[in-house]
Amino acid sequence: MAHRWRNKLSDNDVTDEAVYLNRRALLAGGLAGLGLGMSGTVARASDLEPTSWDDITSYNNYYEFGVNKSDPAKHAHRLTTAPWSVRIDGQVDKPGDYTFEDIMSKMTVEERIYRFRCVEAWSMVVPWNGFEQADLLQQAGVQSGAKYVAFETVLRPDEMPGVRFPVLDWPYVEGLRMDEAMHPLTIMATGIYGRDIPNQNGAPLRLVVPWKYGFKSIKSIVRITVTDREPPTSWNKSAPQEYGFYSNVNPEVDHPRWSQATERVLGTGLFAQRQDTLMFNGYADEVASLYADMDLTKFY
Amino acid sequence: MSWPSTINRGLARLPAPLLYVVGFGYAAWMLWLGISNQLGADPVKVLEHAMGEAALYMLVLGLAVSPLRELAKINLMKFRRAIGLTCFMFLVFHLSVWAVLDVQRLSEVWADIVKRPYITVGMAGFVLLLPLALTSNNLSIRKMGATGWRKLHTLVYPAAILGGLHYVMQAKGFQIRPVVFLLLIIALVAWRYLRPRTKPIARREKREIA
Repeated sequence: MAHRWRNKLSDNDVTDEAVYLNRRALLAGGLAGLGLGMSGTVARASDLEPTSWDDITSYNNYYEFGVNKSDPAKHAHRLTTAPWSVRIDGQVDKPGDYTFEDIMSKMTVEERIYRFRCVEAWSMVVPWNGFEQADLLQQAGVQSGAKYVAFETVLRPDEMPGVRFPVLDWPYVEGLRMDEAMHPLTIMATGIYGRDIPNQNGAPLRLVVPWKYGFKSIKSIVRITVTDREPPTSWNKSAPQEYGFYSNVNPEVDHPRWSQATERVLGTGLFAQRQDTLMFNGYADEVASLYADMDLTKFY
Repeated sequence: MSWPSTINRGLARLPAPLLYVVGFGYAAWMLWLGISNQLGADPVKVLEHAMGEAALYMLVLGLAVSPLRELAKINLMKFRRAIGLTCFMFLVFHLSVWAVLDVQRLSEVWADIVKRPYITVGMAGFVLLLPLALTSNNLSIRKMGATGWRKLHTLVYPAAILGGLHYVMQAKGFQIRPVVFLLLIIALVAWRYLRPRTKPIARREKREIA
């Protein structure tokens, strides 16, 4: 079992609420005064400067609510997130329906400031609040012989206007290898910036796997199945030549339709420079060993 | 008075160059919104997509001029050149935003054109439109002669289909909107080849049967 991951960033590194809520105004002001100057007004505590709350919660891929980035923020309020329960089944000692309250009463919520890299070549930095996925799996009791974990998003046509269209084969499903699911970096997020996670970001609880492309971090989870077989994943089913099961962030392996070498950092303005994408999204030290003997161009 | 002639009377009062003003004004307004940080988290993509979509609307409108005149008796002929050139203007902006603000590196721009099929397809459509934009003036029509000019300008049909295809190919998952655009473009092009080229009398009979 890997060591428990320690956050190198503290609360002090999170931009003050007054600043992040107003960043857009500050940027606009900075622009007016400085021409193309971008960073002057916002203090940079570290390389990982969290994206503003507004941007994190208004720019989402959650196709159950529509395919435009602004659709989830518009429509996700229709999703009922209480009561909520997660069915944990498969190769576990204690299968069953776990209510959200039940889960939360036994978990330790901590802050994790992670890079978030979308397969579409944009990125954010998100100050998540959540607990380690391993803690939840251990509570259910993973049996020996289990190799994978499958996840499923809620499917409610009455509350999700986007599922009228066959954009993907609903419900949305994802999966991880057991060592990935048990890795201390892998969390179930229940909050952002210390607030409850908004519906458009995957309330009430979602997966966050920071070294993989964002679509692996499945939202609004209702089912977790522990299994010995590699589970199907939505984007892989939709376009297998474009999206593999692993989908680790890798600047050297391009998506067939675009390069993955660089990324647009959201919230940095119209004239911002693209940033180089880091191997495993900057978490190579923590996770590269999981894939030591794998050809990552084959297992993309 | 029938409603097509009411519409035609209204259209007759509008000067065609108004379209350039509106088109350019829209592009400038979007750019301003981007510069002043009012296009959300990803202003580059919003601007890029807005220009591409505006070009698609102009393509569809341009292709609709003839069928509208023939089937609905609505006459947009005097706007056709402005529609085409405004479409081309949006494409130039679409490409500029993509190359300069999005991809940012010239070597990568070229690599994308060669390596990414949806970009190859889109770029091919743009290249086909280039001679059309350059000859959208009275002098060219005089020099080339009406027949030659018209023949050259049928390039808009493959260009439009490539544009629709580019839109479909860039979408993730199965998305309705790009497919609707492509089908509309295909239908508008197909109409030109499939419509009954018969005498007006024969056509009237046909309508009665239908």
